[in-house]
Amino acid sequence: MTESTPAVPAEEPVVIEVERPWREVWRMFRANRAAVAGLVTLLLIVLVTVLGPFVYPVDPFAAAGPLLLPPGEQGFLLGTDQQGRDLVIGLLYGSQSTLTVGAAAAAITITIGILFGALAGYYRGWVEEVLMRITEFFQVLPPLLLAMVVVLLFSPSIYSISIAIGVVSWPATARLVRAEFLRLRELDFVKAERAIGARNARIIWTIILPNAAPPLIVSAALSVGIAILFEAGLAFLQLSDPNVMSWGYLISVNRPQILEAWWPVTFPGLAIFITVLSVSLIGDGLNDAFNPKLRQR
Amino acid sequence: MRLPAVIAKRLGYALALLFAVLVLNFTLLYLAPGDAAETIAGEAGGASPEMLAKIRKDYGLDLPFLDQLYLYLLKVVQGDFGHSFYFDQPVTTVIFENLAPTLLLVVSSLLIAISFGTFLGVFAARRPNGLLSQIITVLALLGYALPVFWTGIMLIILLASVIPLFPTSGMDSGPLGAAGFGYVWEVLHHLALPVLTLSTIYLAFYSRLSRASMMDVLGADYIRTARAKGLNERVVVFKHALRNAVLPVVTFAGLQFGALFSGAVLVETVFSWPGLGTLAFDSILRRDTPTLLGILFFSALIVIVANLLTDLAYRLVDPRIKSAARA
Repeated sequence: MTESTPAVPAEEPVVIEVERPWREVWRMFRANRAAVAGLVTLLLIVLVTVLGPFVYPVDPFAAAGPLLLPPGEQGFLLGTDQQGRDLVIGLLYGSQSTLTVGAAAAAITITIGILFGALAGYYRGWVEEVLMRITEFFQVLPPLLLAMVVVLLFSPSIYSISIAIGVVSWPATARLVRAEFLRLRELDFVKAERAIGARNARIIWTIILPNAAPPLIVSAALSVGIAILFEAGLAFLQLSDPNVMSWGYLISVNRPQILEAWWPVTFPGLAIFITVLSVSLIGDGLNDAFNPKLRQR
Repeated sequence: MRLPAVIAKRLGYALALLFAVLVLNFTLLYLAPGDAAETIAGEAGGASPEMLAKIRKDYGLDLPFLDQLYLYLLKVVQGDFGHSFYFDQPVTTVIFENLAPTLLLVVSSLLIAISFGTFLGVFAARRPNGLLSQIITVLALLGYALPVFWTGIMLIILLASVIPLFPTSGMDSGPLGAAGFGYVWEVLHHLALPVLTLSTIYLAFYSRLSRASMMDVLGADYIRTARAKGLNERVVVFKHALRNAVLPVVTFAGLQFGALFSGAVLVETVFSWPGLGTLAFDSILRRDTPTLLGILFFSALIVIVANLLTDLAYRLVDPRIKSAARA
């Protein structure tokens, strides 16, 4: 075969088959202006988070000037908070906690969700019954309250917060993955795989799961946004790592002064909003790119 | 299955769920690092040695896990959810005092989000690319991305401080406030901003949901038939289509109750609304673990009851559902 068509390199047909759908998704995504704006904003935020501490190597908790200085005065672009901290520094360092917890918690959410959803949807029967009952149990508990209890009992740290958020938010992902597996397991290419005697593990992880990727990627983007909101909410309830600056913490400590000073609460909130908004725009863009026919919806 | 059998089965399942919540509560307490007696007494409270010894004896903290779990469940069955050392009262007493304001906030937010959201969605569905549809898309993005506690604070700055229309916190004006109908008005006045804050998130959700559902229904054959009969468009939309389009909205109303509770914790804290959410926040500051675990249990109980009611409501709205099929 390779020798009879020397003009074409042997690997090329394979490469085309694997890459074409993803290239098409990228083309659709690129055409969506809101999604691209979201992606650019998020990349900027990541860049600033990584570079910030090198450009301003300071203690973000230390006072830098007079208390509650309005934005623009004495060289403080965004003003200072009720403890005299520079809000620019607070925002720069606060994004570390936001992005780390957002990514880690979403990773936990997706992992548990895939595990539960895949096994329930593939094996069905008593496995599905048990796993879905556990999923329903977790849906009965108000997620924020459960996260509050876990973080309080295991004392707030980046780790306990990420784990708590991951543990309370996976049921939606599990349901999604299960629905995908229920649909895909009946399709011909899966039946063919079973007919040639493939092991269950191979069918689950290398045959069905990659085909469930599109909705999973969209749901992963949404999970990151939700995890960021949870992290901010917990910090607002004074459950944040005491050694790590966070946007929710800034809002929480400056809340008593809102009627005299709007800026120390407004800017961190805007930062959370913009971050979650860009994640959500990316998610919507991916969704449209994966399902071009549903665009009118 | 007939209705009584369905209800019996559902009730049994609800009890099993409640039992699981209790086991989880206890396991969390058991696994938590540090001296459990101090955790129970509240670290910030600084309990005396005698008090700690009493707690150890009361809770049987030297016994094996299963024995301790059994003792815990035995107490709960007798209505004893532990003692809040901060209030020096049973946890149940503290929680019942804060239950009504939370229910008022959560139920009115849900009703407003559903009714107004469905209204918006129905009108948007008639023009899938119209202005209203675009507004709903923007609303949905805002509802998803805005941190609810920050929205609340911004509303306080805007509508309670810059333009002083509403009070900033609390549920009434205290002992000097009005009585009778005046009091009802006072509570509604205090309720306005918290409800506005909490319902915004779900308003977007329900308008999106009912729009999609309505668009599905409007494409159905029986709608074409109704139109072909020459029926008034208003009758077609509101009598024939709306009834069917509202089904997924009912389903989600029950499922969302837990999430709504999470939002209520933050909104109540922002507005110092005297409910379970504010109590939960204060319990964190006081390290009052028994109260926090009690709140977790009772909110799960409320979610379970809400799910049961939704299930029954669904059967009433949609007579096609006869079996106990799970969603």
